[in-house]
Amino acid sequence: MHAIYDEYEIKAKDFIHAGEGSIKIKNTLKSLGLKSDIIKCASICAYESEMNVVMHGGEGILSLIVDDTGIIIEVRDNGPGIGDINMALKEGYSTAQDLYREMGFGAGMGLPNIVKNSDSVEIFSQKDKGTYLIISFWIDQKDR
Amino acid sequence: MKVREIQKEFSLDLAAGEKGLDRDVIGGYCGDLLSDVMANSISGNIWLTIQSHKNILAVALLREISGIILVNGHQPDDETKAKANEEGIPILLSPASAYELAGALYNAGIRKKTE
Repeated sequence: MHAIYDEYEIKAKDFIHAGEGSIKIKNTLKSLGLKSDIIKCASICAYESEMNVVMHGGEGILSLIVDDTGIIIEVRDNGPGIGDINMALKEGYSTAQDLYREMGFGAGMGLPNIVKNSDSVEIFSQKDKGTYLIISFWIDQKDR
Repeated sequence: MKVREIQKEFSLDLAAGEKGLDRDVIGGYCGDLLSDVMANSISGNIWLTIQSHKNILAVALLREISGIILVNGHQPDDETKAKANEEGIPILLSPASAYELAGALYNAGIRKKTE
Protein backbone atom coordinates (compact mmCIF):
# COMPACT_ATOMS: atom_id res chain seq x y z
CA MET A 1 0.00 0.00 0.00
CA HIS A 2 1.25 3.52 -0.80
CA ALA A 3 1.19 5.73 2.25
CA ILE A 4 -1.77 8.09 2.25
CA TYR A 5 -1.87 11.57 3.72
CA ASP A 6 -5.07 13.63 3.60
CA GLU A 7 -6.06 16.68 5.55
CA TYR A 8 -9.31 18.52 6.09
CA GLU A 9 -10.02 21.94 7.49
CA ILE A 10 -12.27 22.27 10.56
CA LYS A 11 -14.01 25.55 11.27
CA ALA A 12 -15.16 26.64 14.69
CA LYS A 13 -18.95 26.66 15.25
CA ASP A 14 -19.56 25.40 11.70
CA PHE A 15 -22.18 22.76 12.42
CA ILE A 16 -23.30 22.76 8.80
CA HIS A 17 -20.09 21.16 7.53
CA ALA A 18 -19.10 19.45 10.78
CA GLY A 19 -18.45 15.77 10.24
CA GLU A 20 -17.55 16.04 6.56
CA GLY A 21 -13.84 15.44 7.17
CA SER A 22 -14.68 12.33 9.20
CA ILE A 23 -16.94 11.03 6.43
CA LYS A 24 -14.11 11.50 3.90
CA ILE A 25 -11.74 9.64 6.22
CA LYS A 26 -14.23 6.79 6.53
CA ASN A 27 -14.66 6.62 2.75
CA THR A 28 -10.88 6.58 2.21
CA LEU A 29 -10.45 3.71 4.70
CA LYS A 30 -13.31 1.81 3.05
CA SER A 31 -11.75 2.26 -0.38
CA LEU A 32 -8.56 0.66 0.95
CA GLY A 33 -10.52 -2.50 1.67
CA LEU A 34 -10.08 -2.45 5.44
CA LYS A 35 -12.58 -4.38 7.59
CA SER A 36 -15.61 -2.71 9.12
CA ASP A 37 -14.39 -2.94 12.75
CA ILE A 38 -11.29 -0.82 12.30
CA ILE A 39 -13.21 1.60 10.04
CA LYS A 40 -15.86 1.95 12.75
CA CYS A 41 -13.25 2.73 15.40
CA ALA A 42 -11.42 5.23 13.22
CA SER A 43 -14.72 6.88 12.18
CA ILE A 44 -15.80 7.33 15.80
CA CYS A 45 -12.44 8.85 16.74
CA ALA A 46 -12.36 11.17 13.73
CA TYR A 47 -15.91 12.36 14.37
CA GLU A 48 -15.46 12.93 18.10
CA SER A 49 -12.25 14.86 17.62
CA GLU A 50 -13.70 16.88 14.74
CA MET A 51 -16.76 17.82 16.80
CA ASN A 52 -14.56 18.81 19.74
CA VAL A 53 -12.78 21.32 17.52
CA VAL A 54 -16.09 22.64 16.12
CA MET A 55 -17.46 23.14 19.65
CA HIS A 56 -14.39 24.28 21.55
CA GLY A 57 -11.39 24.58 19.39
CA GLY A 58 -11.19 27.52 17.07
CA GLU A 59 -9.81 26.58 13.67
CA GLY A 60 -8.30 23.18 13.13
CA ILE A 61 -6.92 20.55 10.80
CA LEU A 62 -8.01 16.91 10.79
CA SER A 63 -5.52 14.65 9.08
CA LEU A 64 -5.31 11.02 8.13
CA ILE A 65 -2.13 9.04 7.63
CA VAL A 66 -2.35 5.40 6.54
CA ASP A 67 0.30 2.90 5.62
CA ASP A 68 0.60 -0.90 5.80
CA THR A 69 1.10 -0.92 9.53
CA GLY A 70 -1.47 1.49 10.82
CA ILE A 71 -3.74 4.50 10.76
CA ILE A 72 -2.97 7.79 12.46
CA ILE A 73 -5.58 10.50 12.87
CA GLU A 74 -4.15 13.85 13.93
CA VAL A 75 -6.23 16.79 15.04
CA ARG A 76 -4.66 20.19 15.64
CA ASP A 77 -6.48 23.34 16.63
CA ASN A 78 -5.72 26.84 17.80
CA GLY A 79 -8.53 26.93 20.36
CA PRO A 80 -8.51 27.58 24.09
CA GLY A 81 -6.82 24.31 25.06
CA ILE A 82 -8.10 21.66 27.49
CA GLY A 83 -8.02 23.04 31.03
CA ASP A 84 -7.75 19.70 32.78
CA ILE A 85 -6.92 16.72 30.57
CA ASN A 86 -7.54 14.16 33.33
CA MET A 87 -11.03 15.51 33.92
CA ALA A 88 -11.72 15.72 30.17
CA LEU A 89 -10.93 12.00 29.91
CA LYS A 90 -13.64 11.17 32.46
CA GLU A 91 -16.95 10.06 31.04
CA GLY A 92 -19.66 12.66 31.60
CA TYR A 93 -17.32 15.62 32.15
CA SER A 94 -17.94 18.41 29.67
CA THR A 95 -17.44 22.15 29.39
CA ALA A 96 -19.73 22.49 26.36
CA GLN A 97 -22.29 25.28 26.26
CA ASP A 98 -25.96 24.46 26.87
CA LEU A 99 -26.86 25.15 23.24
CA TYR A 100 -24.54 22.37 22.08
CA ARG A 101 -25.85 19.99 24.71
CA GLU A 102 -29.38 20.57 23.45
CA MET A 103 -28.13 19.57 20.00
CA GLY A 104 -26.89 16.28 21.43
CA PHE A 105 -23.22 17.25 21.67
CA GLY A 106 -21.17 17.86 24.79
CA ALA A 107 -22.22 14.72 26.64
CA GLY A 108 -18.72 14.26 28.00
CA MET A 109 -18.25 11.14 25.88
CA GLY A 110 -15.94 12.49 23.19
CA LEU A 111 -12.47 11.84 24.58
CA PRO A 112 -13.56 8.64 26.41
CA ASN A 113 -14.95 7.32 23.12
CA ILE A 114 -11.66 8.14 21.41
CA VAL A 115 -9.68 6.29 24.09
CA LYS A 116 -11.99 3.25 23.92
CA ASN A 117 -11.86 2.98 20.15
CA SER A 118 -8.16 3.48 19.46
CA ASP A 119 -4.89 1.70 20.27
CA SER A 120 -3.28 4.85 21.64
CA VAL A 121 -4.04 8.52 22.11
CA GLU A 122 -1.61 11.30 22.86
CA ILE A 123 -2.97 14.67 23.90
CA PHE A 124 -0.91 17.84 23.95
CA SER A 125 -2.74 20.94 25.04
CA GLN A 126 -1.78 24.39 26.20
CA LYS A 127 -4.08 27.09 27.52
CA ASP A 128 -4.92 29.69 24.88
CA LYS A 129 -2.60 28.01 22.36
CA GLY A 130 -4.50 24.96 21.23
CA THR A 131 -4.75 21.21 21.34
CA TYR A 132 -3.03 18.47 19.37
CA LEU A 133 -4.34 14.90 19.39
CA ILE A 134 -2.55 11.93 17.84
CA ILE A 135 -4.82 8.89 17.64
CA SER A 136 -3.30 5.62 16.42
CA PHE A 137 -4.58 2.25 15.27
CA TRP A 138 -2.47 -0.76 14.33
CA ILE A 139 -3.61 -2.60 11.21
CA ASP A 140 -3.47 -6.34 11.97
CA GLN A 141 -4.17 -9.31 9.72
CA LYS A 142 -7.80 -9.37 10.97
CA ASP A 143 -8.32 -5.77 9.78
CA ARG A 144 -7.48 -6.46 6.14
CA MET B 1 -37.25 -5.56 6.83
CA LYS B 2 -36.76 -2.55 4.53
CA VAL B 3 -37.15 1.07 5.61
CA ARG B 4 -40.04 1.25 3.12
CA GLU B 5 -41.88 -1.54 4.96
CA ILE B 6 -41.45 0.23 8.29
CA GLN B 7 -42.79 3.44 6.78
CA LYS B 8 -45.84 1.60 5.46
CA GLU B 9 -46.54 -0.59 8.45
CA PHE B 10 -46.36 2.26 10.95
CA SER B 11 -47.90 4.91 8.65
CA LEU B 12 -44.91 7.23 8.99
CA ASP B 13 -44.52 10.37 6.90
CA LEU B 14 -41.42 10.56 4.74
CA ALA B 15 -39.62 13.90 5.13
CA ALA B 16 -36.62 13.20 2.89
CA GLY B 17 -34.24 10.59 1.54
CA GLU B 18 -36.70 8.63 -0.60
CA LYS B 19 -34.00 6.91 -2.65
CA GLY B 20 -32.84 5.05 0.47
CA LEU B 21 -36.21 3.47 1.26
CA ASP B 22 -35.07 0.05 0.10
CA ARG B 23 -32.24 -0.12 2.62
CA ASP B 24 -32.35 -3.14 4.91
CA VAL B 25 -32.94 -2.54 8.61
CA ILE B 26 -31.13 -4.66 11.19
CA GLY B 27 -32.19 -3.68 14.68
CA GLY B 28 -32.61 -0.20 16.00
CA TYR B 29 -31.24 2.37 18.39
CA CYS B 30 -32.82 5.20 20.39
CA GLY B 31 -30.66 8.15 21.35
CA ASP B 32 -30.41 11.92 21.37
CA LEU B 33 -26.76 12.19 22.44
CA LEU B 34 -24.77 11.93 19.26
CA SER B 35 -21.68 10.45 20.91
CA ASP B 36 -23.83 7.72 22.43
CA VAL B 37 -25.30 6.89 19.03
CA MET B 38 -21.83 6.90 17.47
CA ALA B 39 -20.56 4.53 20.13
CA ASN B 40 -23.49 2.14 20.42
CA SER B 41 -25.53 2.01 17.24
CA ILE B 42 -24.65 -0.61 14.68
CA SER B 43 -24.56 -0.70 10.91
CA GLY B 44 -28.07 -1.19 9.50
CA ASN B 45 -29.92 0.21 12.53
CA ILE B 46 -33.00 2.36 12.31
CA TRP B 47 -32.36 5.37 14.60
CA LEU B 48 -35.07 7.00 16.70
CA THR B 49 -34.24 10.50 17.91
CA ILE B 50 -35.57 13.97 18.61
CA GLN B 51 -32.48 15.61 17.09
CA SER B 52 -33.38 17.13 13.74
CA HIS B 53 -30.33 19.21 12.71
CA LYS B 54 -28.05 18.41 9.81
CA ASN B 55 -25.35 16.72 11.87
CA ILE B 56 -27.57 13.66 12.39
CA LEU B 57 -26.79 12.81 8.77
CA ALA B 58 -23.05 12.82 9.54
CA VAL B 59 -23.69 10.32 12.34
CA ALA B 60 -25.94 8.23 10.10
CA LEU B 61 -23.34 8.16 7.32
CA LEU B 62 -20.47 7.31 9.64
CA ARG B 63 -22.36 4.52 11.39
CA GLU B 64 -24.18 3.31 8.24
CA ILE B 65 -27.59 3.86 9.80
CA SER B 66 -30.33 2.67 7.42
CA GLY B 67 -32.85 5.34 8.31
CA ILE B 68 -33.76 7.98 10.89
CA ILE B 69 -37.14 8.38 12.56
CA LEU B 70 -37.77 11.75 14.19
CA VAL B 71 -40.10 11.07 17.09
CA ASN B 72 -42.43 13.24 19.18
CA GLY B 73 -43.44 15.23 16.09
CA HIS B 74 -40.00 16.74 15.47
CA GLN B 75 -39.38 18.05 11.97
CA PRO B 76 -36.09 18.31 10.05
CA ASP B 77 -34.94 21.71 8.80
CA ASP B 78 -34.38 22.37 5.09
CA GLU B 79 -30.62 21.76 5.26
CA THR B 80 -31.18 18.41 6.94
CA LYS B 81 -33.72 17.40 4.29
CA ALA B 82 -31.42 18.46 1.45
CA LYS B 83 -28.54 16.42 2.86
CA ALA B 84 -30.78 13.38 3.45
CA ASN B 85 -31.94 13.58 -0.17
CA GLU B 86 -28.37 13.92 -1.40
CA GLU B 87 -27.16 10.93 0.62
CA GLY B 88 -30.28 8.81 0.25
CA ILE B 89 -30.84 8.42 3.97
CA PRO B 90 -34.58 8.28 4.70
CA ILE B 91 -35.94 10.55 7.41
CA LEU B 92 -39.33 9.39 8.65
CA LEU B 93 -41.58 11.29 11.04
CA SER B 94 -43.63 10.00 13.94
CA PRO B 95 -45.88 11.74 16.45
CA ALA B 96 -45.20 8.91 18.92
CA SER B 97 -42.48 8.92 21.58
CA ALA B 98 -39.27 6.95 21.12
CA TYR B 99 -40.47 4.55 23.82
CA GLU B 100 -43.77 3.78 22.12
CA LEU B 101 -42.33 3.49 18.64
CA ALA B 102 -39.35 1.39 19.72
CA GLY B 103 -41.75 -1.01 21.44
CA ALA B 104 -43.82 -1.31 18.30
CA LEU B 105 -40.75 -1.85 16.10
CA TYR B 106 -39.43 -4.46 18.51
CA ASN B 107 -42.75 -6.30 18.40
CA ALA B 108 -42.60 -6.17 14.60
CA GLY B 109 -39.39 -8.20 14.79
CA ILE B 110 -36.71 -5.52 14.49
CA ARG B 111 -34.50 -6.84 17.26
CA LYS B 112 -31.09 -7.90 16.13
CA LYS B 113 -28.55 -6.38 18.48
CA THR B 114 -25.15 -7.40 17.24
CA GLU B 115 -23.13 -6.41 14.21
